[in-house]
Amino acid sequence: MPFIMILYYVITVYLAFLLVWNFVHEKKKIEDLAQYLLVLIPLVLRILRIK
Amino acid sequence: MKRPGIIKAVLIFIFLIFLVDGGLRLYRHRHFDVPVVAGPGVTRVARLSDFGPGLKGTMADTPVYFLEGTEPGGKAVLMSNTHANEPEGFLAALLMLENAVVEKGTLIIIPEFNNSASRNTRPGDGYPLYFEIPTDWGRKKFRMGNRDASPLDQWPDPDVYIHYPDRQLLSYIDVRNVNRTWPGRPNGPLMEKVTFAAMEIMRREKVDVAIDIHGAETMFPVTNCIVAPEKSNRIATMASLTVKAKEGFDSHVEPSPIGFRGLSHREIGDFSDTLPFLLEAPIPFLDQPTGPKTVKFLLDGKDPFLLNLAQKKKLFVSYDESGWPLEKRVGQHCSVTLEILSQYSKKKPERSILVRNVPRYAEIVQKGVGYYFHDPSEAEKDRVYPN
Repeated sequence: MPFIMILYYVITVYLAFLLVWNFVHEKKKIEDLAQYLLVLIPLVLRILRIK
Repeated sequence: MKRPGIIKAVLIFIFLIFLVDGGLRLYRHRHFDVPVVAGPGVTRVARLSDFGPGLKGTMADTPVYFLEGTEPGGKAVLMSNTHANEPEGFLAALLMLENAVVEKGTLIIIPEFNNSASRNTRPGDGYPLYFEIPTDWGRKKFRMGNRDASPLDQWPDPDVYIHYPDRQLLSYIDVRNVNRTWPGRPNGPLMEKVTFAAMEIMRREKVDVAIDIHGAETMFPVTNCIVAPEKSNRIATMASLTVKAKEGFDSHVEPSPIGFRGLSHREIGDFSDTLPFLLEAPIPFLDQPTGPKTVKFLLDGKDPFLLNLAQKKKLFVSYDESGWPLEKRVGQHCSVTLEILSQYSKKKPERSILVRNVPRYAEIVQKGVGYYFHDPSEAEKDRVYPN
């Protein structure tokens, strides 16, 4: 795997972490909770090298 | 928000359902192999990485089948699934692979030229993941791929793809389109490594003719044709005229543009002694203004919106209620391929490539594509290859 690709996976993991962090700390808006998880799906699929 | 813990638990449960259900389907598609029965003409099977070591261990590596005749002669390479969402090329190549017998010369078949793309999907356009062809022994299942390689195998895309070696600026997505990365380089992005390995086959094996089989939209002007550069033009014209006269279908000749780089019909000819040809058959499924992209539509090519457009003369091929079925597309590819080899053999008898036992257009239209596929469960195990 080329270095640039590894770097992009690191970025993806970081973005996924931010979404999970926001999901855990969100206390008010249910819409935001749903959106965090929705955005998280493609990132998790990429990290798991499925899509 | 009341009871945030319960709401979060419910949302996580829904999230996991979507993730596992969708993820499993995509994972299975990527790892689904199509069993191919090597026909009586297949004498050896190599890998593309044998010609480009940079492909070893990657999803871009793919089988290369050699069908060697008893008499020496010329050599031809047949590539399909360059764009893995144009399955008629792949089916035509498999049909030859499972049935062809070469009497003179060598036929080299690379059915999954962009193996990574064939394991990629296009959910945004509602593409099916698989399609099936009826055969005498059951239904043969195939992956439906995408035009471009999977980002799992080559990522990230650049803002602009700078073609090597011409430095022409191409669309960013073309870096994963193996028909824009010719002639390739051994240390470039993965798709350039694929085309470099193929160029190595052309050079090392002294290939005379290279045929790259595609499908194209009915609304795209370069459809139902043979695309050929100057040096292949004469043979392409003779093949086009012959199939029209003898078999009654059109496949006109389109010149390969000099200023548009990266395409097989341009770069193979410019960077080797090989004569390149690119075949296009109309595939209505790829057109944009159509109904749902169903398996039925992929196979029969029937669409009411295209029919309406045809009546307004907006298509580049004739189109009526009969659609443009798979049998016609595969039949055209087989006949045009055989005719190109025949015309080349007439022009250079000492380098002729004589292939028999491959059906032509009328026979395939009558019997169907599945008629020619062999049952992998009945074949000898060492003659079945996963693709």
